[in-house]
Formats: sequence, C-alpha cells, structure tokens
Amino acid sequence: MGKTSNYRLGTWVAEIMLIVIGLIFLVPFYFLLVNSVKSFGDILAHSASWPTTFRFENYANAWNKINFPTALGNSLIVTIVSNALLLLISSMAAYQMVRHDTRFNRFLFGLLVAAMVVPFQSIMLPLMEVSNVLSLNNSIPGLILCYLGFGAPLSVFLFHGFIKTVPIEIEQAARVDGSSRYGVFFRIVCPLLLPMFVTVLILNTLWIWNDYLLPSLILNDPELRTIPIATYMLFGQYTKQWDLALPALVLGITPIVVFFLVMQKYIVSGIAAGAVKG
Amino acid sequence: MSQRKSAQFLQQLVFVGPMALFFVLIMVIPFLLGLYYSMTNWDGVSENIRWLGLGNYIHIFRDDPDFRNAFWFTVRFTVCGVVLTNLIGFFLAYALTKPLRTRNALRTVFFMPNMIGGLLLGFIWQFIFVRGFSAVGEATGLSFFKLPWLGDGPTAFWGTVIVFVWQYAGYLMVIYISSLNNVPHALIESAQIDGASRRQILRHIVVPLIMPAVTVCLFLAISWSFKVFELNLALTKGGPFKSTESVALDIYNEAFTNNRLGLGTAKAMIFFVVVAIITSIQVRLTKKKEVEM
Repeated sequence: MGKTSNYRLGTWVAEIMLIVIGLIFLVPFYFLLVNSVKSFGDILAHSASWPTTFRFENYANAWNKINFPTALGNSLIVTIVSNALLLLISSMAAYQMVRHDTRFNRFLFGLLVAAMVVPFQSIMLPLMEVSNVLSLNNSIPGLILCYLGFGAPLSVFLFHGFIKTVPIEIEQAARVDGSSRYGVFFRIVCPLLLPMFVTVLILNTLWIWNDYLLPSLILNDPELRTIPIATYMLFGQYTKQWDLALPALVLGITPIVVFFLVMQKYIVSGIAAGAVKG
Repeated sequence: MSQRKSAQFLQQLVFVGPMALFFVLIMVIPFLLGLYYSMTNWDGVSENIRWLGLGNYIHIFRDDPDFRNAFWFTVRFTVCGVVLTNLIGFFLAYALTKPLRTRNALRTVFFMPNMIGGLLLGFIWQFIFVRGFSAVGEATGLSFFKLPWLGDGPTAFWGTVIVFVWQYAGYLMVIYISSLNNVPHALIESAQIDGASRRQILRHIVVPLIMPAVTVCLFLAISWSFKVFELNLALTKGGPFKSTESVALDIYNEAFTNNRLGLGTAKAMIFFVVVAIITSIQVRLTKKKEVEM
C-alpha cells in the first residue's frame, strides 16, 4: 500500500511468495494435462513426470466416447438461449417493478428475493412432476424453460438494484417527446443497462454451463447430453480408466477456460459488480 | 381513463408477465407442491399417495442417522470452508492490491479454478488425490501426500475442503480486491502520517471499510458450502461409508436410490429452512458492523 522504508524488500518477498502459491494452485492442471497424453501404464507408473511419448489418440478416443461435438453443441445452445431470454425477461420485469411500484409488484419482488435462498434440492422433486405434466422432460427447450424460472430471482434482483440508480429524467424527457413506454425501455434504458447485462450474463453463464443436476433430471436421451452429463456418464462407465477420463476432462474444461481467458476483464469486473449489488 | 388503465395493464403483462410465469411454474408451484409432498409417502411411481402429516419430519428428527450424519458433515464442512475461503481470499486480495509485477497473471491463476464446475473439478481432483498426491509423496517423502486421501473419513473430509477452497478462494478474492480498491488512499496516508502501524491500519481502517464485501463473501461462502453437492458426488460419492455425504447429496440419494420422494422432500424443506435461517442471521450480524463513509 504505502511507501515505507522496507517497501522494495517487502514487495519482493510478497511477490515471490505469491508466485509460489500460484504455482501450487496450478499443480492440478499440470497433472491433468501431462497425464492426459500418457498410456494407461505410464499414468500409473509415472504420474508426476513429463510424458515420454505423447499419445494423442487418447484425445480422439475421449472425443468419440463423450460424443464431444454433440455435448458441446447442446451446452452452447442451452447456455446461449437461456442467457438471452433471461436477460430479456428479467430486465423488462425489473424495469417495470422499479418504475411501476404497485403493491403487487412489491409483493412479487419480495417473493423473488425470498426465492434466492431456496436450494435447488428443495424444489427439484416436485419440479420433475411439473415438468412431466408440461412435457418439458427430455427436451432442450424444456431445460431452458427451467433455467428461466430458476434464474429469474437473482437476475431480476441485480437489474432491480441497478435500475433504481438510473435517473428517471431522461425517460421522462423521452416520454414528453412522444416515445412509448416500450420505446423508452428498448432505446433508452437498455443501453444504460449494458454493464448490468454483462454482469448477469456472466453469473448465469458460470452457473448454467457448469450445472449438472438439473439437466441430469430433465434430459435422458444421450443425444441431448450437455458436457457435465456426458462427463458423468463416461466416469460411470469407465471407472478409473484414466487414459480416457483425463482427456475427456481436458476437453470438458477447455471451452469455459477459453471463454474465461478471452472475456477475463469483463468476468472479473462483472463478478465484482454483482457482489456489490447482491 | 379506462383506456389508460388497460394500456397500463398490458404494459404490466408484457414487462413482468413472462418472468412471473416462468418463476411461478418452475419455483413457486414446485415449492408449494413440495410442502404437500413432504407430508406424504410419495414414491414418484404409485398413484396411491397417503397423507402422513408430520410423519416424515418426525421420522427424520427421531430415527434417521444418515440425515443427522449428513447434517453434521455439512456443518463442519461449512465452518471450515467459509473460514478458509475467506481468509485465503482476503489474504490473496490484500497481497494482490500491492503493485506487484505479476499481479494480473496471479489474479488470473487464482480465479481460474472457479470457471470449472464442481462436477468436473471433483473428477480432476479424484485423480490428483489418488495418483498425483502419491506421486508427490514418493518423490518428496512427505507423509502429508502419502495419506489415503479419499480412502478414509477424516482425510476425505479435508480433501473435500481443499478442493472447495481451491475452487472458491479466487472468487472471493475478486470481490475483496474490488472492495479494497475503493478504500480511499488519503485515509490510509493520513493514518500513516499519524504513525499507525500496518496492522493497525488493516484492523481499524481497512477491515471496517470493506465490511460490505465481508457480508457478501460470507453469504456466498455459506450458501455454496451448505449446498455442496456436485463436488461430493464426483470426488467421493459421499464415501467412504457416507462420511462425506452432504445434506444435498443425502436428499438426492433418498429420492433416487431409495425412491422415497416424500421423505426426500421433507428433508429438502428442513434444508431450506436451515439455509434461510443461517444466511439471514449472518447477513444481519455482519450488516451491523458495516460503517458509513
């Protein structure tokens, strides 16, 4: 922080200590990557060493066994569509709830806030009944619909807090100029909400992309598997067959790690902003 | 006037309607149904559902050692997980707000585990514990790495805690960093001029000013660790001998292994009440410590 006499020395010590901790943090990734290209025998005999021969066919096997392109496609569709719809419906709802502060809207908002602490386990069993009745079972759109309901509380809450800080004068000016309420929302409020769109998008992406339980309850068809389900199925079938499992894990984490490295700046600031509002 | 009213009603319908519809269908109705099912012997298959009143709840409190064990595991896990993720997260954040050369790279490293979901992380760490640790143990001779990490109750517990901390400390670090960056420099400088030590500044200026972040981080850590599920499922399946079975996993097993959905729902309702009580107490307590600037 400040400039004291041991500034340089202290900083150096801190830096080296942190680099060591950072390397320890990365060790699991090292083990994962080097062993993913070894033969099964080599994995068992020399788990820590650099691979002597690189067996890239491990990756080909894993790719086929988890049907990677299908799983990736399903995960992408579910995440992208759920996110897009969640952003739309929850920003609109939050906007109306802030600007049209009726007793009903206040009650609904209270209900949403309360729902944020409900663990998924508390609704999952009856939810399966509901999804049966509505025939949401075993379909990607059905799964997306579940994410809309389950994601609404946090998303609305975040937008609600943000919209409250948006000055109403610009909207009133636009109304005076003859814009409709819908026009005001889409042309004036939406651009102002951009930072919150990013935050909500990131928080929901982390959750939906990595979610295992809900898709495992809704989807049965192997063709509809998302990445977490495909990985789980592989582990159930090929217990401890590490030369297949490790490359499958690498494939499974690659998309989200790439997403992170590309979007890093937004992800970090999005999470920080989400925490301040939450 | 009535035309205005109907325009307003249409607006309410368009803006709030879709969200409210999905929320009611997916959360409110299942929750209410759950309250009902928790008082029945529902098994998910038979049409014949018998009303038990509070029977399931009495059964859970009186003679369900598995649930009690799962609860005890979850409580211990939450205490360790919350304390360690917050201490390490804060320590990393505090160190990484200093002008270090590798600051950005290190932030990336500490945050990255968080991008990977609990299920895949659990599987990755299963390998690390089973193969990686023993390899390190052989190379270094350190007994820490030679422990039967997933093979025995106490070490499996700490194994799960280690993975949890590895995953979430970086997330809390991000929140603490953004909060630390908002602490005004002038305040710290004037404290330094007044002769305050580093520790005094940390304790009496920095920590009080970042209390809002502490509130949030404690809340997040409590709800993550209390709801821990995928990590246990992938890492140990709750074993050995159910020693790492969390409440969420116990509910899952009750429903899908034993097919007692009514009983499982009753457990889930108790789970909800406990989570709600603990988090609201925590938020109330730490909010009190927040100071206005």
